[in-house]
Amino acid sequence: MKKEITWKIGGQQGDGIDSTGNILSAALMQQGFHIASYKHFASRIKGGHTYDHIRASHDPIHYQGDTTDILIVLDKESYEHNIGSMSPGGFVLMENKKEEKVEQIDGVTVIHTSFTSMAEDLGNKIIRNMIMLGSSAYLMGAHYDIFIPFIENKFSKKGQAIVDLNINAVQKGYEYMESLGLKPFQLGFPDEKKDMALMIGNEAFAYGAVASGCKFLSSYPITPASEIMEYMKENLPKVGGVAVQAEDELAGLLMAIGAGFSGVRALTSTSGPGFSLKTEALGLAGMSETPVVIVNSQRGGPGTGLPTKYEQGDLQTMVYAGHGEIPRIVLAPSSVEECVTMASTAFNLAEQYQCPVIVALDLVLSLNKQTALDSCRHDLESINRGKMLTDEELESLQEHQFKRYRLTDDCISPRSIPGQRHGVFTANSNEHSETGHITELPEIREKMMDKRLGKLKDLSIKGYEFIGGEEKPVDTLFIGLGSTRGVLEETVRDLQSSGESVGLAQIKMLHPFQPQGLKELTTAAQRVIVVENNWTGQLTGMLQQHLLIGEKLQTIKKYDGNPFTKKDIMTQLQDVAKEVV
Amino acid sequence: MAASLKDYRGDVSTWCPGCGHFSVMAGIQKALIKLELEPHEVAVVSGIGCSGKVSEYMRAYGFHTLHGRSLPVAQAVKLANRDMKVIASGGDGDGYGIGAGHFTHAARRNVDMTYVVMDNRIYGLTKGQTSPTSAQGFQSKTSPEGSGEREVKPLELALGAGASFVAQAFSGDIKRLTELISIAVEHPGFALVNVFSPCVTYNKVNTYEFFKENIIDIQDIEGYDVTNKAHAYEKVIETDGLVQGILYQQARPAYHTYLSGYPEKPVTAQELKPSQDTLDELWASFK
Repeated sequence: MKKEITWKIGGQQGDGIDSTGNILSAALMQQGFHIASYKHFASRIKGGHTYDHIRASHDPIHYQGDTTDILIVLDKESYEHNIGSMSPGGFVLMENKKEEKVEQIDGVTVIHTSFTSMAEDLGNKIIRNMIMLGSSAYLMGAHYDIFIPFIENKFSKKGQAIVDLNINAVQKGYEYMESLGLKPFQLGFPDEKKDMALMIGNEAFAYGAVASGCKFLSSYPITPASEIMEYMKENLPKVGGVAVQAEDELAGLLMAIGAGFSGVRALTSTSGPGFSLKTEALGLAGMSETPVVIVNSQRGGPGTGLPTKYEQGDLQTMVYAGHGEIPRIVLAPSSVEECVTMASTAFNLAEQYQCPVIVALDLVLSLNKQTALDSCRHDLESINRGKMLTDEELESLQEHQFKRYRLTDDCISPRSIPGQRHGVFTANSNEHSETGHITELPEIREKMMDKRLGKLKDLSIKGYEFIGGEEKPVDTLFIGLGSTRGVLEETVRDLQSSGESVGLAQIKMLHPFQPQGLKELTTAAQRVIVVENNWTGQLTGMLQQHLLIGEKLQTIKKYDGNPFTKKDIMTQLQDVAKEVV
Repeated sequence: MAASLKDYRGDVSTWCPGCGHFSVMAGIQKALIKLELEPHEVAVVSGIGCSGKVSEYMRAYGFHTLHGRSLPVAQAVKLANRDMKVIASGGDGDGYGIGAGHFTHAARRNVDMTYVVMDNRIYGLTKGQTSPTSAQGFQSKTSPEGSGEREVKPLELALGAGASFVAQAFSGDIKRLTELISIAVEHPGFALVNVFSPCVTYNKVNTYEFFKENIIDIQDIEGYDVTNKAHAYEKVIETDGLVQGILYQQARPAYHTYLSGYPEKPVTAQELKPSQDTLDELWASFK
């Protein structure tokens, strides 16, 4: 029995690739499979090659896999790009209007047929994708009835005739494959159906934000972050919040700062080019000590770079952006589930430390669907707003000018919010006194710098997750960040099964860097291999700076716009291994 | 208990003696007092430059932001807390130079707030360079040959961008200035009050005397229809912008009225954690 299956559909944008993939993954999730997927797309509306790669497994996964069991080909590129990475015994379904035939190519069964003609015969060419789904079900060793609840759910409003048409289509595809006498994969179905949801990282973070009390979003459309704004536009009104499409990226952060100053948990979402534009306002948030959360879903830079491709090229930008020095926190979730839970961390830290919190997503994490266990919803941190003064507390201070920037032992000043009678103050972007008034006095400047830059000094959380069994020193320690987690955990698993002592430390907090635990792991390891998607080795540099790992620190990089495959890592691993030994 | 000027007094000012900005700030303070608002019910959001100091020289919830960036911050303060009266204030360089984009969009977005621009037609704090509203031919250290650019016309710009309230005042007529600001604050949408506020140190052309001699009041024009945009354009062009009063006022629904689900109570007053039912429903959409 097969415990997992990979399925891919490739064609031109506008071919319904995405919707077909969505139905398949949702149906498999409902059968109890965990899903990890990858969507390839180009920076254009229609036309251009695109594909959806979906992997379903009995076990939790965060990587779509290197190979394909079943491939549906709707354009030339789909065949050319993928035939070389088909798994043994795999099937290729070729849309072919001219002839119908079945051929064997290097152990792969290629079935030429016209799904379009089949759909037209049934009455409407639009149901082509349902026929392909039915065919796929047969080849997986599943029954087409796994799609029926989705069909009923989706089309019941349009009437029974449409429901029947779609059911006929999945049945037709199934029976057609059966009629060819093919021997399908024997995919075992999980024994129990788990409570799961299927979403992209952007949606997961947006949901987590709403659940964490976020009530304001102001953003500007940009790939690959736009879905966060779209989700908030649709859903914030349901919780008494408001979302604004700002006139530009800078206004997006400025508005979020205005809302944060007002006492609302506020968010802005963007990608690298937009983050650059927000830099000016980032300093304002830091100086005025205004809580705000900024999501930066990284894509290929610099400039406009690769709008629809992946890179982890903004790590240093997120840590250093802006002139002068401000307190900031940079978090990095590495799975869809973690996008949900880390949203609560981000809003809590922003309010507790009264500073901008940047959440580093990347295109792969932002846009690709994964399953999240329902239980992750209970892992959200409970809301902690930090030092906020009540009306009574403010009154008891008896200050005509409330000391918003009061110097305290922990460097965090209790805050009032506009509307509170006794908390009137001026938030200030200029250097200021405890009451917020402009000053250039050296002694105040020094104290305020100490306060702002010092307020994160007590922040100490576990800044990474050890992946690969029980946490213990290992000979080879991989270090990754963001969406590389999926492919790295499987690489680690493979190396472990061949007897190697390997583990993965997935960085969760990039700034302020949290060395605890990581220092011990890197010291014990014989080699430390950072896997990252940029040219300069930004994460490697930061680790070296904070942990002084020395020459045993090596980097595996990729910067062609696509995420690592397991094969990429294994190939490069051989090269770095040689250098070490 | 009604607030007094004393309640609205903030930090000690560093404006030059005779600066027009004193009157603008006093106009804002007096208008708020007249409207029986207390400092904690008001937010004054400012940009950078001499004008930007207003948020700390007067006492109210203030936010001294960045050059040209007061408007996005101010709009969000209002959207986050609809009970606050929000006034953004800045200068001509701040608002019509680097902030011109935000100005255009704030005007068309029509959030319920007031924007008071202290227009002295020069950069003061950086010691006297040509500003966006300096007239073509204006000579300064950055335009020794006389500025080659036509000046920004704030009133025309505001009308073109769709502002629902466009007014102009003059620091030399504080009574009218106060009146105009108080009407602007009560206007339920984006209200611009451009104020000629002379820089006594650097601008030797656009002085108090210059404005006194050249400015006319729209009230003195018989049959002027404040709701007629064509009239507004006509008068603004005819007077080359040297006019005070309300040029245009239109009853246009404020931005928040377009937002379905925008709460009756301020966003800041909403229960932080959504109900479990709502969260369950949101999660179920991913099933």
